[in-house]
Amino acid sequence: MSTSVVNEVINQDDVVLEAVNLQKYFPTGASKLLQRPTQLVQAVDGVSFSLRKGKTLAIVGESGCGKSTLARLLARLIEPTSGSVLLNGENVSTATSKQLLRMRRDIQVVFQDPYACLNPRHSIGQSIGTPIRIQKTMSRTDERHRVFELMDLVGLSTEHYNRFPHEFSGGQRQRAGIARALALQPKVIIADEPVSALDVSIQAQILNLLEKLQADLDLSYVFIAHDLSVVRHIADEVAVMYLGKIVEIGTPEAVYGAPSHPYTQALMSAVPVPNPQLAAKRKRIILTGDVPSPVNPPFGCRFRTRCAKVQDICAVEEPLLIDRGQGHLVACHFPD
Amino acid sequence: MTVPLLSVRDLRVTFGTRDGDVCAVQGVSFDVREGETIAIVGESGSGKSVTANSLMKLNFGSDVRIEGQILLNGRDILAMSEEEVRRLRGNEMAMIFQDPLTALNPFYTIGNQIAEAYSIHHPNTSKRELREIALQSLHKVGIPEPGKRVDQYPHEFSGGMRQRIVIAIALVNSPKLLIADEPTTALDVTVQAQILDLIAEMQQEHGSAVILITHDLGVVAEITQRLLVMYAGNIVEEALVTDAFARPTHPYTQGLLRSVKSLESQRHNQLEPIPGIPPSLINMPSGCAFHPRCSYAHQLGDRCVQQRPLLREVGASRTACHATDDVLLSLGLGDS
Repeated sequence: MSTSVVNEVINQDDVVLEAVNLQKYFPTGASKLLQRPTQLVQAVDGVSFSLRKGKTLAIVGESGCGKSTLARLLARLIEPTSGSVLLNGENVSTATSKQLLRMRRDIQVVFQDPYACLNPRHSIGQSIGTPIRIQKTMSRTDERHRVFELMDLVGLSTEHYNRFPHEFSGGQRQRAGIARALALQPKVIIADEPVSALDVSIQAQILNLLEKLQADLDLSYVFIAHDLSVVRHIADEVAVMYLGKIVEIGTPEAVYGAPSHPYTQALMSAVPVPNPQLAAKRKRIILTGDVPSPVNPPFGCRFRTRCAKVQDICAVEEPLLIDRGQGHLVACHFPD
Repeated sequence: MTVPLLSVRDLRVTFGTRDGDVCAVQGVSFDVREGETIAIVGESGSGKSVTANSLMKLNFGSDVRIEGQILLNGRDILAMSEEEVRRLRGNEMAMIFQDPLTALNPFYTIGNQIAEAYSIHHPNTSKRELREIALQSLHKVGIPEPGKRVDQYPHEFSGGMRQRIVIAIALVNSPKLLIADEPTTALDVTVQAQILDLIAEMQQEHGSAVILITHDLGVVAEITQRLLVMYAGNIVEEALVTDAFARPTHPYTQGLLRSVKSLESQRHNQLEPIPGIPPSLINMPSGCAFHPRCSYAHQLGDRCVQQRPLLREVGASRTACHATDDVLLSLGLGDS
């Protein structure tokens, strides 16, 4: 089942989740007592995208690029500085807490560290049932049945209902985290690095599970990751972030096959390939220096300080995300 | 054949715990020749880091038992006094750790820390010489403006820069053996590419042998020549990297490569994970530790359950598996 996104006409009714010009600045540094102006970390700066029903949008980037902040904004775990998130056309960002409670039935999060996100004093069964108890959608008996059903769905033995998180392996704990996210039958799941804490052989198990669940339950995923090979496997659309902005977005075929932004190109070429012959042959683009501080990002194009193609205009004018055909958007003055 | 630089014979490391003895490394033997780069690969708990730490005799605690022989240039490290080992550490052999921030002392300038590593083994060096050595080392590992940076503290550097400093410290005495324990796991891919290049470059310059401990098969393919695969405290396969990737013989290596390889292939293909989870060292499976997860064990019957297989020549590799050569060689990677 791999219908190409490109050939489908984008139908607005299909969009389940939309980010419109999302921005998040964190104040940092100076203390208010000393009356010094507070600095702002521009963690996410003007990010827009839409996620369609039953599809997976992957967001990749290196640490500090704002991908996890974006994940938290989408579920409104933190408040955006400006911009909005639309879930089924309703604005999540301005919802009252009562409205938000209802909206959260449709949008749930799977976190990176499955140990930190499960209460160590609650049994696995209790943890998985927590969203149902918060939302008060079921009686206790029904809840128990539902939890059994969920455990079955994610491949946990129902005999383990009363066990505690420390009795499980990392992969099993992540299964429990996924079961909990599914408890309310959401439409959208935000998965923030769901496999990066797991061993390689277990990663594949969890990825297969996520794909199966997507097909069976018609879920839409926002999949945040730094591992590009994992993303290639699971994504229908890939967005590459650098210093709080999306620099390139498109189908995996486009972004992996013909990366246009110099940063994407460097990122792709830096991924070690598990093939010694290929590794010896291919040319790598090694970026110089480090990612600049998001407190004071470079003016104009944020990548210009590390870019090999930099010209005068890059320091003056910020490149916009422009469609280079077939839904492949690139923010660069000199794209390939 | 020349005498190897490092010769490990039947290394066993046992930790006494409240729940009983944990044998983290169960009789491991391997050689490292001068100037060669080998990789030790395995999942968490496979004993790869414990092996690395034992080489430097860094396994602390009263409840640790290390048995066997570790011969560096023919001298047994395990038979040496603490004082003798201290003279070797940082001098003839050095280590790069996973997390560069915890490897550096936050209270000393990096110049001081590099100088300290040198002066311990060269006690009669003047302060001026030491500073010159620190500056040179920083320059070599590609830290810009060493004159200014030498007086800064670890927190003033980025993760990639810190790892460069750790490498500078490790190489200041031109060790013959460099042990790198997950040197790039904490780093982003673009920075990882820089650091791997640096390690390869430094190795050529100093002619050191490198033992690279990692779980990332991509990294292995990039810079190493020979590969040891560890599972549950044992080496299960030893081969040249090119052979291991083209024709892995042990079922575990095959599974590992398959779960990585399929990521490279078309999106939404079903991944082929290794079923089950890595065993607990406290409660090890009998016979071959991999048998509960192995898809061939049931064909071989009781042998896998009762008898631990020993390393033997299979094709171009050395493999610890009860299956016949024909079976192991024909399995390969399947559809590759």
